Amino acid sequence: MDWLTTVDHKKIAILYLLAGGLFFGIGGIEAVLIRLQLIKPMNDFVSAQTFNELITMHGTTMIFLGVMPVIFALMNAVIPLQIGARDVAFPFLNSLGFWTFLFGGILLNLSWIMGGAPDAGWTAYTPLSTTTYSTTHGVDFYTVGLQIAGLGTLIGGINFLATIITMRAPGMSFMRMPMFTWTSFITSAMILFAFPAITVGLVLLSFDRILGANFFEVANGGNPVLWQHIFWIFGHPEVYILILPAFGVISEVIPTFARKRLFGYSSMVFATILIAFLGFMVWAHHMFTTGLGPVANALFSIATMLIAVPTGIKIFNWLFTMWGGQIRFTSPNLFAIGFIPTFVMGGVTGVMLASAPADFQFHDTYFVVAHFHYVIVGGLVSGLLSGLHYWWPKMFGRMLNESLGKLSFWFFIIGFHLTFFVQHFLGLMGMQRRVFTYLPNQGFDTLNMVSTIGAILMGIGILFFLINAIVTATKPKGVADDPWEDGRTLEWAIPSPPPEYNFKQIPLVRGIDALWKEKMAGNKGMTPAEPLGPIHMPSPTILPFVMSVGIFIAGLGFMFSKEQFSNSFMSLIFNNWIVVIIGLLITFGSMLLRSLYDDHGWHIEVDELDEEGVKA
Amino acid sequence: MMKRWQAVKRLLPLLAVFSLLLAGCGREDLSALRPQGPVAEGQYDLMKLSITIMIVVLIIVFAIAVYVLIKFRRKKGQTDVPEQVEGNFKLEILWTVIPLILVFILAVPTVQKIFAFGDDHYNEKGSVQVKVTSHQYWWEFEYPQYGVKTAQELMMPTGKNIAFELKTADVLHSFWVPSLSGKMDTNPDGTINRFSFSTDKEGVYRGKCAELCGPSHGLMEFKVKAVSPDAFDKWVTAMKAPAVLPKDQALAETFKKSCLSCHAVGDQGGPVAPNLTGIGSRESVAGILLNEGQDGGKPVKENLKTWLEDPQAVKPGNKMPAPKDLGLTDEQIDGIADYLANYKLNY
Ligand code: HEM
Ligand SMILES: [Cu+2]
Repeated sequence: MDWLTTVDHKKIAILYLLAGGLFFGIGGIEAVLIRLQLIKPMNDFVSAQTFNELITMHGTTMIFLGVMPVIFALMNAVIPLQIGARDVAFPFLNSLGFWTFLFGGILLNLSWIMGGAPDAGWTAYTPLSTTTYSTTHGVDFYTVGLQIAGLGTLIGGINFLATIITMRAPGMSFMRMPMFTWTSFITSAMILFAFPAITVGLVLLSFDRILGANFFEVANGGNPVLWQHIFWIFGHPEVYILILPAFGVISEVIPTFARKRLFGYSSMVFATILIAFLGFMVWAHHMFTTGLGPVANALFSIATMLIAVPTGIKIFNWLFTMWGGQIRFTSPNLFAIGFIPTFVMGGVTGVMLASAPADFQFHDTYFVVAHFHYVIVGGLVSGLLSGLHYWWPKMFGRMLNESLGKLSFWFFIIGFHLTFFVQHFLGLMGMQRRVFTYLPNQGFDTLNMVSTIGAILMGIGILFFLINAIVTATKPKGVADDPWEDGRTLEWAIPSPPPEYNFKQIPLVRGIDALWKEKMAGNKGMTPAEPLGPIHMPSPTILPFVMSVGIFIAGLGFMFSKEQFSNSFMSLIFNNWIVVIIGLLITFGSMLLRSLYDDHGWHIEVDELDEEGVKA
Repeated sequence: MMKRWQAVKRLLPLLAVFSLLLAGCGREDLSALRPQGPVAEGQYDLMKLSITIMIVVLIIVFAIAVYVLIKFRRKKGQTDVPEQVEGNFKLEILWTVIPLILVFILAVPTVQKIFAFGDDHYNEKGSVQVKVTSHQYWWEFEYPQYGVKTAQELMMPTGKNIAFELKTADVLHSFWVPSLSGKMDTNPDGTINRFSFSTDKEGVYRGKCAELCGPSHGLMEFKVKAVSPDAFDKWVTAMKAPAVLPKDQALAETFKKSCLSCHAVGDQGGPVAPNLTGIGSRESVAGILLNEGQDGGKPVKENLKTWLEDPQAVKPGNKMPAPKDLGLTDEQIDGIADYLANYKLNY
């Protein structure tokens, strides 16, 4: 119950982590099934239809439901601490964002048991995704589920923008903000601009499918290329939304374990902003073969190649952060160090893809599958694993086991390269992507087998991480405030895990890497910026949960509003929009309740602070 | 300009090494790394250039990384604090400018090729026009200049520019013959694409659909057969000859009733399904059941029977009804398979 009503950002972080773990697990199982099907030519482990559902759900789950919440988990756990705040700007919204996200994700995955998962690819290109060619409810689950989950993401993004703009501790100017906060800030801004685009697309597509509109229906004058533009105007920024926080993690972990400040801080900030900007300018590089014409292809080619420049700046800055430092090979740092070459490899194939005439060969082949997994798995997932190992003690008050951490690193990284390196060659040798099988003797057989074996190794690596988390959970809490000993930023100045109000007194920030600066000046901790006083806390509330349940019910009702049920009661309540109305009533009722009932929260008094201040 | 060529020249030896390495990869009739025509060659050149540049970048980054990781590991008992370096303006400018130069080296030929391949040769004299129409899950090739239509197997004369006009009859597909050229999407009316390629080498090349189009997307393959211009002309003539029907009258009736409602042979039948004229001399049945002569190939008749016995088992989700469901007996199916297997064209 406590967990359903919490508005504490640290608990919401854990909720996000659990949800992300769940969906990541589902997506991972789907990935392994895909790879098992492809282990040999003309395999019949799963049917063609099931395979398409698997790749669609794998891609959709991983992008929208697997890594997104883990990013949000880290952002929730770390940002308020890093900027010296007691919570996020809107704790109620924070909880609402999580629950809508979770219920959207659950709705999407219900498709597996409610008659057909989406099967048109995670990109859901029309007309394949229209009712003419995709006749189950699969794509409806996709459009409705993602709209609900996207709502949560948008709410979360706005909340972080507001938090970072308004709640920084005294002295924490923008140019003193830790890199993870910076990249999260830019990511949130990108969410603000990109998610409305996909929402519009999903609304239009669901209107086509459920209400018989004709935005994409060719026979009635709709345009399928329009969907591609809408999708990629969101879709390309989305991959930067995902990767920027990972950049942030790396920029925190490497300085800590090299005992040096981040090399070229201001160029890092500048590069992040530039990447975000260019990220919005290059969507059509997913559409070179659509036939946009040479002028568009040339412009988008060059714009895409330019992204290499800010990315290169980041890579070299990381390398030179380590230069002259004292590197420790802890498990978070292993993942961070593994990130660099892997991400560089994904990056260089990105530049290759940017060359439009060559992309005519690469596009929609395993070369592309290899490229984006190098970026998303080798880059993003390594980054997230690094961040999780790094901040685990802060989040849970317990250190992850280092040996298990290293074991999972080695399995993960070796498995990863085995899986995806060979796929570059498969693509160049003529293997298209999204194929449920392939004919023998085309030179694909051995490489596919290698790839599948790699995937299994990678899975084992992730299992070791899970075991690590479980084993650790049984140990008692209580690690030091600064368990890595070389923590540089504010979160390491308070107990692990932090008390619910984070900072007893908001600290005064005197430079970049605020805590490190105090340590070097010989101080024990941060200097407070305010006298000790009662702390105002928001009250827990069940309303966000109830509101999300309402949206969930309305979504299901909308999806099945045209369904022919054999049961007359079901027909009655679905076909007359009664379910939709009930769902919306629940949601709007909760909103009304929230506006009418004034909740002023509560206070933690000074004497309580003193008691709690003694570490448990 | 001078500078650029200097840089390119320095890359040349590496380029040579990589092209040797890569050329070992894949089948001649399938791999983008073994181009058999000028378009694919041009694209391959770009690939080699970009791979070379990228490998240079990788080598530099890896070298620095390895050096740093070995040299600057924390030693036992080290407690002094390393110097906290803020950054280095010159270095940071350096690694902004170098990538810019590398991007420039790649961007120039990229743009050149984009415009070269973007040229529309469709109405040029000497081009062979082919209208490609993609269907779930088969390919139709129409030659408007010659008034013939075929399916699953694109015939092309060597040494001539084949100019395509691509469209789809249902969902999006993508037309791809890796060893001859990169892919191009087949869109519905309104966004129809044109492009062209050619080859001087006779042979059978493998083509694929590269855009997810439903359950059998992975099986939506086709063959490209490059023959001498002479043979091509003979093929056109043979295609235009009146249809050959089964000798057995009763079988001919069954064939007409059950098959020609969708398929066509010669001047008879309909356009809903693949044209079957001369199917006995094609390299495959349904694009994926390889016939004798292709590696792993089986006799045509056997493949035809496999298909006719259960089309869904060969290509899940395809639109052909099973002949048994149309009331054909095993003998009739065998008879039709026999007839089609022997329906050959002379060219
Ligand atoms: C165990 C790790 C993974 C393995 C073995 C794996 C494998 C695969 C395979 C074989 C495909 C199908 C390629 C195709 O035929 O189109 C695929 C597609 C995809 N994967 Fe993964 N993957 C893994 C993890 C991830 C992760 C962590 C993400 C993102 C966060 C991800 C994102 C995607 C996306 C977006 C697609 C495209 C789906 C589509 O084409 O609709 N994958 N993956
Ligand atoms: Cu296809």
